Amino acid sequence: MNWQIEFIILTMVIILGIGAITVKDLLGAGILFGAYSFMMCLLWAIMGAVDVAFTEASVGAGVSTVFFISAVFRTTRGTKD
Amino acid sequence: MKAFALIIVILCAGLLIYGTSDFPPWSDPESPASTHVSPYYIEHTIEDTSVPNIVTSVLADYRGFDTMFETIVIFTAGIACFFLLRVTKREDHESRLYHHLVTGVTLRIKEGGKLPDESEEFRRVDTEWVPYSLIIKITCRLIVPFIMLFALYVIAHGHHSPGGGFQGGVIIGAAMILFAISNDLRAAILRLSEKMATFFCSAGVFIYAGTGLLCLLLGLNFLDYGALAKILFTDPVTARSHGILAVEIGVGIAVMGVVVSIYYNLSSAGKHDEGL
Amino acid sequence: MGDLAKEFVTTYNYWVYIILMMIGLYAVMVKNNLVKKIIGMNIVQTAIILFFISIGAKRGATIPIIAHGHNGGEHAVHAADYINPLPHVLMLTAIVVAVATLGVALSLAIKIYQEYGTLEEDDIRTQTREE
Repeated sequence: MNWQIEFIILTMVIILGIGAITVKDLLGAGILFGAYSFMMCLLWAIMGAVDVAFTEASVGAGVSTVFFISAVFRTTRGTKD
Repeated sequence: MKAFALIIVILCAGLLIYGTSDFPPWSDPESPASTHVSPYYIEHTIEDTSVPNIVTSVLADYRGFDTMFETIVIFTAGIACFFLLRVTKREDHESRLYHHLVTGVTLRIKEGGKLPDESEEFRRVDTEWVPYSLIIKITCRLIVPFIMLFALYVIAHGHHSPGGGFQGGVIIGAAMILFAISNDLRAAILRLSEKMATFFCSAGVFIYAGTGLLCLLLGLNFLDYGALAKILFTDPVTARSHGILAVEIGVGIAVMGVVVSIYYNLSSAGKHDEGL
Repeated sequence: MGDLAKEFVTTYNYWVYIILMMIGLYAVMVKNNLVKKIIGMNIVQTAIILFFISIGAKRGATIPIIAHGHNGGEHAVHAADYINPLPHVLMLTAIVVAVATLGVALSLAIKIYQEYGTLEEDDIRTQTREE
């Protein structure tokens, strides 16, 4: 098994997750959350869950990022934390 | 507050790590999750349904009730978004921007003013003005049909490869959203109106439940697709495969409608005039 | 070295799900902004999906699509050759439901913003106290 790739992706997931909740810009948080979902999708493709990876690639990385961006567009972009 | 939350988080993490020590080793073929019900699915899916993709057969046939109510949850979420956000305003009670194409002048029509007709000369533009980009518009218009074609392939070929109703429906919805972003929201609503999107939401659920009801009327249990053999003139195993396809189409239509309708409501905050 | 690293990675998988769930829980509890809270909620959700998929993994097995061809459909199928498909099915529907509930949560956030003019929780609380 190519454990190096898995290790790198798991670390990336943690970094992106922390980044998504700490960055002081809601648009950036939405984009980081999309990247986080895409890393999750790669992780599931490695684990052999191809259907879940496909769903996550289209739903998590695609549509939910658009929803976040349109919500930020209709509300406000800055935040205190 | 932060310190208190941190303590709770660390306590929870400790508890979960303590629980992890009782787990079976990772990727163990003898783990309890893989030994009870899933071997039956893996070994019998070909002879029961003739669908090689086990995930599809479990999703739509063995656990058809589960998926049906998940579809109803999605439908309910779409309706909830509609009721939370949708506002209807009278046409002449807002200010709008119009672009006069011949002279290149942008006009602001105040509240209550007389609105020009959408014609060759005047085109409505969004209040948050974005520069007109020919490349983005034409490229998106070129790729949208191919994305939709791929989505149809994903729905129809879900029996043999990864894919199915959920993925295909989301991809069609994403193609619609791409069109709405690259042009503007009004152009997308002109193609797929709000009424049609809501109709698709309920039509998908109706196709799913209707397939189940058809099986009931043909003399077997609800969602037991073997009953469809009588009207499809095939053996029950092939009929199950066709029943799964019908259900996947229903799921795809419902998911597409919900994704598009949620996007319309979110991006215009319920007004359906100016989008992202 | 290879075995030790492999062992570390396999337990690391369970550790990551705990870490992610705690990141999400922390965000839901501490963060002041409603959109941040929604992101935290989604992170918890993906952590649970990761846990389920990790449980379904199987050593020496392939993806849960039965190998078939025009003449190869007759051979016997062994359960040990294919990854457990059941968690995949449960999580596949969970992801799509997640995006629908995300839409509801974001429309609630938009509605709150239209009402109070802010997404920060403490500002909303002071405004409701003044009324």
